[in-house]
Amino acid sequence: MSGISHPEAAARFVADDARAHWHDQALWWVRKKRDVASSAVPDWEALRDAAAGIKAHTLSRIGDYLEEFERNATARGAKVWFARDAAEHNAVVHGILSERGVTKLVKSKSMLTEECHLNPYLEARGIEVTDTDLGERIVQLRHEPPSHIVLPAIHLKKEEIGELFHQQLGTEKGASDPKYLTEAARQHLRRRFLEAGAGLTGVNFAVAETGGVVVCTNEGNADMGTTLPPVHIACMGVEKLIPRLQDLAVFLRLLARSATGQPVTTYTTHFHGPRREGELHIVVVDNGRSAQLKDKVFRRSLACIRCGACMNTCPVFRRSGGYSYGFIVPGPIGSILAPGRDASAYSTLPFASSLCGSCSDVCPVRIDLHHELLAWRQEIVKRGLLPRSKRVAMKLAGWVLRFAWLYRLAGWLARRVIPALPRGLVYARWNTWGQQRELPPMPRETFRELYRRLRGRP
Amino acid sequence: MLTVGLFIPCYIEQLYPQVGMAALRLLERHGVRAEYPEQQTCCGQPMANSGCNADAAPLAARFLRVFRGYEYVVAPSGSCVSMVRNHYDQFLDGQPGFDHLKRSTFELCEFLVDVLKLGEVGGRFPHKVGLHQSCHGLRELRLGSGSERRVPGFDKVRSLLQRLQDIQLVELQRPDECCGFGGTFSVNEEAVSCMMGKDRVADHERAGAEIITGVDMSCLMHLEGLIRRERKPLRVMHVAEILDQSEGA
Repeated sequence: MSGISHPEAAARFVADDARAHWHDQALWWVRKKRDVASSAVPDWEALRDAAAGIKAHTLSRIGDYLEEFERNATARGAKVWFARDAAEHNAVVHGILSERGVTKLVKSKSMLTEECHLNPYLEARGIEVTDTDLGERIVQLRHEPPSHIVLPAIHLKKEEIGELFHQQLGTEKGASDPKYLTEAARQHLRRRFLEAGAGLTGVNFAVAETGGVVVCTNEGNADMGTTLPPVHIACMGVEKLIPRLQDLAVFLRLLARSATGQPVTTYTTHFHGPRREGELHIVVVDNGRSAQLKDKVFRRSLACIRCGACMNTCPVFRRSGGYSYGFIVPGPIGSILAPGRDASAYSTLPFASSLCGSCSDVCPVRIDLHHELLAWRQEIVKRGLLPRSKRVAMKLAGWVLRFAWLYRLAGWLARRVIPALPRGLVYARWNTWGQQRELPPMPRETFRELYRRLRGRP
Repeated sequence: MLTVGLFIPCYIEQLYPQVGMAALRLLERHGVRAEYPEQQTCCGQPMANSGCNADAAPLAARFLRVFRGYEYVVAPSGSCVSMVRNHYDQFLDGQPGFDHLKRSTFELCEFLVDVLKLGEVGGRFPHKVGLHQSCHGLRELRLGSGSERRVPGFDKVRSLLQRLQDIQLVELQRPDECCGFGGTFSVNEEAVSCMMGKDRVADHERAGAEIITGVDMSCLMHLEGLIRRERKPLRVMHVAEILDQSEGA
């Protein structure tokens, strides 16, 4: 896989200043909604503690809880499948569909199936796949991946969606009223729901104690997709498990408030076994998660409940867009998960952060995201993936700073030489700092010299 | 008399000596003897934040050698103090004197508020000031409650500035968004870094600030670079400079 350069992709996004600001402001608005919603809950911080504790506990005994979940789900009449990786996951889903002769599948949002690239896999095998979440449907019609895990089409303006719908769904040319466009999508999707032979959903939480799975949506599309067709396939990563039903009381209060600033998602649907004369298949996927679980630093990010709050608050994400990360999960959490999959291809992502720490403070399950990003930087260096020029620069600086006299000499030279050079040379292309910024002042005297002069030698 | 080791971050020593002097005078005026150990260089944060731990480790060891034995170590920087307090464990865990160093290294405002428990800060500062919350001071040292967390509000830096007469602290639309400096991030991700910085400057400008202040000169160096390039009618001052100037006047 060829590598992604976040700085280059981000620079392209920033180059369209109006659009980059619009993207920043749209997501900041969501962040502010999250602030308001979380303020309305007493003991928000205690809820975060509880959520982090439950996740840490569950991950420490994931094998036991998986067994308990499988036992209870099976007892309720669901069929539980286990898939080691994306290929197995796709094959299981395809197997279920082809055995029943299903050629039309409706899907609600599932980042896992994006991760496994299920859609192209099924389409190559003659199955028509319709994403039914409005944002997902929009990016599907554009043949694009989602640019945000909760708001898949946040990179698009309503005028662009109007044009897309005009071309693909036959809406009026130039119409961009969200209500009108949504209604058009609703009519278009309704037919797909009625024709589908199976419905696929993601899973927000799987409860070991009851064997039930819980799906949270705002559009009710998961409910349509699981009520109309006779077959429901629910796909989940192993990390979606929680031990008890009562644990939902913690996570459901955190999830929607963190994600969109709503008190709760419009629909929170519990599936305990198949409905009458229907089938429920639950596909539990590892795909690298147990390897991550073995790592005592990066295991913590397995607690992620995919709320997207770290993206909305991230000043870099808001100004570089989801596609600049080149990974299915972008933003701070994606920059931790992606190098876990392929450190070489995604080596620039852990550096796509000013380490401001805002992500760690909004995370509802208290993942110390910015510290994990820092830990990934160390890992990138250890594996020899930092560009040589940066490696050498750091080595050199580190060496100079080991000797006070050498450090003083280097500082003295810089402060004498730079002001003496012609501006054109100082602000030439080599000076990345100086492309948009002036260099700091270069005073004659250092603090040490001032201190000696004014306070006397120590 | 209480004696502290004055930790002057490398870029302040070389580029902003007046900030170090302001911190020194401030401490002295409040009854503290501040000693500047001349063998200090850099805490190693640029290397550590780039993941180059092997290059940072000798600097951490050097820092401990230089500052071991002081009752307190005080620096006019949140970021560099966070390096010592929150990130030195990986290099110095178990070394004699490290536990004490870690517990007794303070950012200047934090030292004034939490250790000296300063009641009065004298003086007038009749200006409109925008307070830039440096991320590491805010979120790693918890100098303030921050806009993300739902805890009782507090802000140590603001509380100090508010004691100055006639100061007007302006209200920002985004009270604690990152300025985009981020150490090597400022050149690694130049485009995003500068956009973040310009957005911060614009927020302060809209709020009517004449001066942007903060506890980290590194953030202010980045913002100043943008301000000067675009010839904006704003200037930057370290919090220590504001407090020192007001009191000293």
